[in-house]
Amino acid sequence: MEIFGVPTALLGSQLLVGLINGSFYAILSLGLAIIFGLLNIINFAHGAQYMMGAFIAWLALTKFEVNYWVALIAAPLLVGLLGVLLERTMLRKLYKLDHLYGLLLTFGLALIIEGIFRDQFGISGESYEVPEALSGGIHLGFMFLPLYRAWVVVASLTVCFGTWFMIEKTRLGAYLRAGTENPQIVQALGINVPLLITFTYGYGVALAAFAGVLAAPVFQVNPLMGSNLIIVVFAVVVIGGMGSILGSIVTGIGLGLIEGLTKVFYPEASAVVVFVIMVVVLLVRPAGLFGKA
Amino acid sequence: MNSPAQPSALIKTEVLYTGLFVVGLLAPFAVYPTFLMKLFCFALFASAFNLLLGFAGLLSFGHAAFLGTAGYVCGLLVRDSGVSPEVGILAGTASAGLLGWLFGILAIRRTGIYFAMITLALAQMVYFLVLQVPATGGEDGLQGVPRGHLFGVIDLSDNIAMYYLVYAVFSLGFFIIYRTIHSPFGQILKAIRENEPRAVSLGYDVAKFKLLAFVISASLAGLAGATKTLVFQLASLSDVHWHTSGEVVLMTLLGGLGTILGPAVGSATIVTLQNELADKVGSWVTVIMGAIFVACVLAFRRGIVGEIQALIQRAGIR
Repeated sequence: MEIFGVPTALLGSQLLVGLINGSFYAILSLGLAIIFGLLNIINFAHGAQYMMGAFIAWLALTKFEVNYWVALIAAPLLVGLLGVLLERTMLRKLYKLDHLYGLLLTFGLALIIEGIFRDQFGISGESYEVPEALSGGIHLGFMFLPLYRAWVVVASLTVCFGTWFMIEKTRLGAYLRAGTENPQIVQALGINVPLLITFTYGYGVALAAFAGVLAAPVFQVNPLMGSNLIIVVFAVVVIGGMGSILGSIVTGIGLGLIEGLTKVFYPEASAVVVFVIMVVVLLVRPAGLFGKA
Repeated sequence: MNSPAQPSALIKTEVLYTGLFVVGLLAPFAVYPTFLMKLFCFALFASAFNLLLGFAGLLSFGHAAFLGTAGYVCGLLVRDSGVSPEVGILAGTASAGLLGWLFGILAIRRTGIYFAMITLALAQMVYFLVLQVPATGGEDGLQGVPRGHLFGVIDLSDNIAMYYLVYAVFSLGFFIIYRTIHSPFGQILKAIRENEPRAVSLGYDVAKFKLLAFVISASLAGLAGATKTLVFQLASLSDVHWHTSGEVVLMTLLGGLGTILGPAVGSATIVTLQNELADKVGSWVTVIMGAIFVACVLAFRRGIVGEIQALIQRAGIR
């Protein structure tokens, strides 16, 4: 079977890879957008925190024989806790300054984290076995679907929409949205805004670590895995605009799919296609697809 | 800074710059010239970057693209087309200026954090292009670039001759930046940095000024990159990597954002540190750079030169 002269099995598997990458773009840009909404900073350390999630899972398995499912919960908690510490001790001091300082601080933190992991583990990368319950796959007739990859897509979509639900439909989410609009008034109404900010940063960072654990069996666990990804995610954020939660999710997945298709039809361009789309969006709709001007 | 300069202060500044210029002329007889050349290339790179961030308030996280592209263009022309070094440097500078114009028209459509992310993403695109285009040598970089003869006469393979070329290039670039900052154009850039809506309401075409500042900054970064390629006789992939973009931010921040000498002082500090540490601590260099970054942002935002200026001012008041 062929579509546009491309075997469907190839097309299907590349689309699946695209969907997986898109899920990671979605979770990571969602985390960036939530943090940006309340803290007004761009968390450059997001990639490093994603990498930490993957490494914690790998370390837990190889050194302490802690299985994948525990790591999937524990790693985001640990990294989220570290995020809470960073917010309380460092980021907090910058809120009154130009927002660019937050970017610079988190860039420095990313360098520190990446450097430490590079020193400890080198850059060759470690592999993480797919958990037993999710090994194997199903024949769909036109292609082979590895179970784990299907799980990655389902799990990330669940977390994305869960986050969307929490922000749009719950009381906590209402505080968060109100805090994004006008923190002074929310504070005056008796809501502990500094605590809300700490929680938000911790949650955003935990999302990155969750994506990292999901990614561990798909990609090599490597100290540089985050920084290579995060720049693409920045482009995704520019394309989507950070105004809307659903917008981040849709943009992330859409761009992952487009990247997958590019790998089939014009592989040379697959590394730059997201950036090219960013250029086009900037020319046509500078505020981003879902952004407010 | 903002008060009109006193005549005595003006003379002091002139004495300072003249003194520094003479030190630069004598330096290669005391310090290893290759190290000095590297230092001056990065000092010019950081000064060019500071023109944009320190005076126009635009944080570009993609300045490595200009340094690197100019380096590759200059290297390819000198090595494969046999042009003379001065033409190579000019061509490299022009290519960086053109690239800066392209980046500029896209990035100035957004401000603040988006501006930084867009320049970073565009620079990453340039990185991938450089990696994939066969002419650049991919992972190996562009090697074996001859230094050649300046104006067909002066043999640049002599380190001292090369040093004076680098020093002349740096001085010229630094002078251009100094003049730009002190021109009416530079004043308008500062006005935009301080209060963009007000600059708009005063009738300035803000986008045009930002774009011009971006092109000047990119061209001078390119001038530094092209010269660096001749010094080391190679253009490497790390010149276009985002680490280099981050490094130039660090140099500027450490030296003193928005001060004239700050970026040069900052890059001298960082280059020296990297030279000293490289074989001692291995990959901890990255950690140390990150720690300096964090320390600068949290506790040392004025930078070295900024702190010294503040000290002098305080002493003057007393």
